[in-house]
Amino acid sequence: MKRMLSGNEAIARGAWEAGVHLAAAYPGTPSTEILEELSRFPHVYCEWSTNEKVAVDVAVGAAYAGRRAIATMKHVGLNVAADSFFYASFTGAEAGLVIVSADDPGMHSSQNEQDNRRFAQFARVPCLEPSDSQECKDFTIAAFDLSEKFDTPVLLRTTTRTNHSSTPVELGERADVAPRRKKFPRDPAKYVMIPANARARHPLVEQRVLDLAAWAEKTPLNRIEWRDRAIGIVTAGIAYQYAREVLPAASVLKLGMVYPVPERLIRAFAAGVERLIVLEELDPVLEQEIRLLGIACEGKSIFPLCGELDPTVVRRAAAAAGLAVDRPPVGAAALDLPELPARPPVLCAGCPHRGVFQLLSKKKVPVAGDIGCYTLGLLPPLSAIHSCGCMGAGIGVAHGAAKAGIGERMVAVIGDSTFYHTGLPALANVAYNRSNVLTIILDNRTTAMTGHQSNPGTGLTLQHQDTGVIELEPLVRALGIRRVATVDSYDVAGLEKAYKELMAHDEPAVLVARRECALLPEIRKRWVALEVVEEACTGCGICFRIGCPAILKSEEMDAKSGKPLALIDADACTGCEVCAQVCPHDAILTRDQMREAREHQPASCSTPLDGGN
Amino acid sequence: MPSQSAFSFVLVGVGGQGTLLASNILAEVGLAAGFDVKKSEVHGMAQRGGSVASHVRWDKEKVFSPLVGLGEADVLLSFEKMEALRFARFLRRGGTAVVNDMAIVPVTVSSGTSVYPGDEHLTRVFGALDARLVMVPGETLAQDAGNVKAANVVLLGAVSRLLPFPEEAWWACIAQRVPKKFLELNRVAFAAGRAAVSVGTRA
Repeated sequence: MKRMLSGNEAIARGAWEAGVHLAAAYPGTPSTEILEELSRFPHVYCEWSTNEKVAVDVAVGAAYAGRRAIATMKHVGLNVAADSFFYASFTGAEAGLVIVSADDPGMHSSQNEQDNRRFAQFARVPCLEPSDSQECKDFTIAAFDLSEKFDTPVLLRTTTRTNHSSTPVELGERADVAPRRKKFPRDPAKYVMIPANARARHPLVEQRVLDLAAWAEKTPLNRIEWRDRAIGIVTAGIAYQYAREVLPAASVLKLGMVYPVPERLIRAFAAGVERLIVLEELDPVLEQEIRLLGIACEGKSIFPLCGELDPTVVRRAAAAAGLAVDRPPVGAAALDLPELPARPPVLCAGCPHRGVFQLLSKKKVPVAGDIGCYTLGLLPPLSAIHSCGCMGAGIGVAHGAAKAGIGERMVAVIGDSTFYHTGLPALANVAYNRSNVLTIILDNRTTAMTGHQSNPGTGLTLQHQDTGVIELEPLVRALGIRRVATVDSYDVAGLEKAYKELMAHDEPAVLVARRECALLPEIRKRWVALEVVEEACTGCGICFRIGCPAILKSEEMDAKSGKPLALIDADACTGCEVCAQVCPHDAILTRDQMREAREHQPASCSTPLDGGN
Repeated sequence: MPSQSAFSFVLVGVGGQGTLLASNILAEVGLAAGFDVKKSEVHGMAQRGGSVASHVRWDKEKVFSPLVGLGEADVLLSFEKMEALRFARFLRRGGTAVVNDMAIVPVTVSSGTSVYPGDEHLTRVFGALDARLVMVPGETLAQDAGNVKAANVVLLGAVSRLLPFPEEAWWACIAQRVPKKFLELNRVAFAAGRAAVSVGTRA
């Protein structure tokens, strides 16, 4: 029985069928759904760890304890987890240990694009790269076996296109994999990486690479598909699909294991074709490996180094290089389209971050941002974020600018989940080294950007167990920060008052702006659309400047100013009242005013009001 | 296109419109009809009110790329009018554009910096592609069926009319994916979408 599974669902299924005991991750596109899916299977402990480094350590601990374990993350998550990834390469483990890195060529939802096959080479860890969902499942299972056979972590490298494409998958049963140990190993030479022990481990690691390379010659993960010998394509991952689509006549060497590479297999393939071409996404990883063998090949001289490949890109590049493509490449010009308004992602209607950015925009302060929905505070009309690098960076950046003597008071904004991820050590640094950074924790009670995952502030675990809430205010006070305030994110005046009080003192300060994400299912039930009183609206446009997608320009114009009146989109408005609070003419009814108005009207007006503010 | 052995679809719209459910159903229908099928989606920041797209490909033999190339889609199904223009370059010459007759005005327009394109561009652009343009009043038909949210099923009904499979093959896949109490509503919505193609075509 075949089922359509996304790459992520297939990796989860593969881990389950491989008898995995423990899985840990931090959410990150395009990897998030792997743990969401795996957490629904029986007999597997799954958790959202506080960050990717912790997730890898957790998986390592399970594997040391003789239980198969997997840690999953987006590509930049492996930067965070790199330290752990490297020591795990030196120690190996007692049971299968698989690390999934979901790379994001094209940066659909990332701050950079990077090719994490480099991490495999760097840490001397074998790397498998699937090209569809069936392979996502099969390679995950193979990765556990490989890990145990060679006493090494295995990197399963995917890309957005494999993670988020669905293809038919043959389902199997869960293997009955017993724990390999009863007790935690007492083997310091292997597991205690003091220099003396690590020196002894390093040659073993290098020998392991040679052993793996020999294995790579025979494994069915790597295969030659002989067709026309004029062109031979070496490829892996999703690029294999584009090679087969665009260059159907060419012979192909498909590498399922991209590190280490099989030298003899590559030599045999190269010798059998007239022109050897490497088709791979992002870095010339295979191309360089092949050149190091002294074999001439083409690759990045034909196909782009940056961005995601797709059939159109590959076809254009291949045709330009004189290769026989399946169909002529299509030009982009012909259509004569009108100028199409952009549809950028925006802070949602009712987003609790809007009030904070409205304030920061008004104060014109420099703001170091972080990774999450709130990064969208950079967009006009709010334009209130001035740096954003990676998870947890903002607080440190603000501190550095302050300590360097910039002369402006620095503000850092960070979401609740990002704060637990890597913001906490940075805030400890602010407290310890005493800068006057104001840190605003945008606490929307969830990990919103990746689709509402639980975190240490939610009181729930991934597998729906009740747990304690790590309270932000006592935590921050325990760091030694005395100036701490908490305000409802929808309270525009309250935010400004707290901001002024905190900024009045030349010392570290924290403002917790708290309100649940408006898209959480239980919050949606309390949405109420507000209304504009046309007689009171002057078309002044102040409400347009909060950048709410529910506030539209009406076709009605103000008689005096000739400017369009405000109009609220009843389907989009959640009733957060931020617009009503910034309106200088009281022209937007609040929830209470709406209720009052309704009570004095005949029963025909039937919009349900629950007043759940 | 009844005798074709391969079909490519591009489904586009705005985050939150239900393109995902529609592309899932489309993939299931292809699988049930004996095709090899691949489906690909764009996630991430696009969910915050941005443009979204999914690609679905069916092939009697084997689908390689999960993505449809420019100029290769047999059917462009757009849940929103302007997005039909944005993704028009995916449609092959002589293909069919099924376009939901509704506009979702982006912030760039409501804030006054850009202008929403008029309907005449749809006729012109798809005319230049020798494409058939089918406008479907998805929300209106869904409302008539009982719930405006069934617009995606209305649009699937319209697409089903273009393909050589019996209505029941589609219905079996849809029924698996909608809650029991909404079955009848969705059946009416689907039928309304099918009817809209024969009656409401412009091209």
